[in-house]
Amino acid sequence: MMKKLLNFIGRRDRWAWPHIAVMLFLVVLPLILIMGYAFTDAEGSFTLHNFVKFFTNSDAVNTFVYSLGIALMTTMICILLGYPAAYFMAGKQFSTPKVMAMLFILPMWINVLLRTLATVALFDFLHIALDEKALMFGMVYDFLPFMIYPIYNTLQKMDNSLPEAAADLGASPLKVFLRVTLPLSMPGVKSGIIMVFMPTISTFAIAELLTQNNIKLFGTVIQENVNNGLLNYGAALSLIMLVIIAITSFGGEKDNESSQLF
Amino acid sequence: MKKFIANAYLWTLLTLVYAPIAIIFIFSFTEAKVLGTWTGFSTNLFTNLFEGAGGAELNNAIYYTLLIALIAATVSTLLGSLAAVGIYNMRARMKRVTIFLNSIPMINPDIITGISIFMLFVFLGISRGLLTIVLSHIAFCTPYVVLCVMPRLAKMNPNIYEAALDLGANPLQAFRRVLLPELWPGMISGFILSVTLSIDDFAVTLFTKGSSSIDTLSTYIYADARKGGLTPELRPLSALIFLTVLILLLVINYRAKNKKS
Repeated sequence: MMKKLLNFIGRRDRWAWPHIAVMLFLVVLPLILIMGYAFTDAEGSFTLHNFVKFFTNSDAVNTFVYSLGIALMTTMICILLGYPAAYFMAGKQFSTPKVMAMLFILPMWINVLLRTLATVALFDFLHIALDEKALMFGMVYDFLPFMIYPIYNTLQKMDNSLPEAAADLGASPLKVFLRVTLPLSMPGVKSGIIMVFMPTISTFAIAELLTQNNIKLFGTVIQENVNNGLLNYGAALSLIMLVIIAITSFGGEKDNESSQLF
Repeated sequence: MKKFIANAYLWTLLTLVYAPIAIIFIFSFTEAKVLGTWTGFSTNLFTNLFEGAGGAELNNAIYYTLLIALIAATVSTLLGSLAAVGIYNMRARMKRVTIFLNSIPMINPDIITGISIFMLFVFLGISRGLLTIVLSHIAFCTPYVVLCVMPRLAKMNPNIYEAALDLGANPLQAFRRVLLPELWPGMISGFILSVTLSIDDFAVTLFTKGSSSIDTLSTYIYADARKGGLTPELRPLSALIFLTVLILLLVINYRAKNKKS
């Protein structure tokens, strides 16, 4: 018996089996179930009704389009604000970049709900209305570090002799940036886009807290339907969100090196 | 001049990023119900936090947060480390499939992970509670452990494990004496990362806790924030959590630096 066991674990590729089993049971099977629920009705027979219900309900479609817009805008603002920050920090000529980088990364480790509540408190304190703008800037606050970090990482690992060579060969600073630095930093920007866009498109509690439930995002709609027991419709909505996520993550393959935290 | 602009930009951005945290911090030292009015210095909110009416609930939430994080991180570290060794020794095709499988939970947004696991438990008729929360946390933590341990394997000499076997060690002994010491640093990183991910999680816990009375810190904060905006007690709580995170990060950084020198 003991010998059999030792023989079995002697083949080291089998050591991954428990993990594979857990992944199949807790990740793959649940995703299949989402698909199953999405294409069936409460009795369990096949139907497309859940999707028809979504696409013929102008409220739901509007919320979906609106959420996409908010997520895209948030991501854009994060790039515009975050790229210069990462660029300045990675520049070797500036002081104390290590401490700076750490200060920007630090908020990533704080619970997103707490950060959101703190932002709500700040807006309250400054008497800023909790409306659409507050929602967007609140989300920029929440996710800006996730944009700065990967860009900073890519820029820092970039070979500095490349922009120097371009400058030596007569390119203007603007040209050096546009033709050399920017293209080389694109993997970081791509990772940043994924790390910001994914959580903003799928967020639910954050929008609720930032606007005191005045603005509903797609995530909130999904959560409400699931909570109210409309599992089949909720599953269909989740599947639609999964499609968006799949498009984003295959469109811009996340660069693992730049977004690695450890 | 260039340097001045760079520094001005960075410090302005940092000030903006930290403004909410600073406000929370300052106003946790006054008793006013409404944030923004200063009614004199007081540490009452801090004592209220643990001894006041909601104190027991909060203590419970902290207890469950830590309990769930420790169990999930321990199991994930074991599963993930074994899986890393397994993946490392697989043939190319099987390896690709397993690595893809491993990456799904990392791509999945929280809300999808939460809802899909919720559906699994509904489908199987398992009532939700501590067990379901822990299982779901294991599901999203383990892939990160695998990622932490894999680089250690790539760095180590693959022949020493075989050598131990050739010299008469059985697989268990070879694992304990040869593999474990090599993988240990990666396992520790994976464990710490899992603890952080588990403590930080909100969406998955919300969907897998069901109507059970179990609350983690995040679901407690969520429930509280929904009830009455920002209750005063959440201010000192946030301040304490900010401080804890800061200290933890400094410790990790200090460790990393010591290792290098």
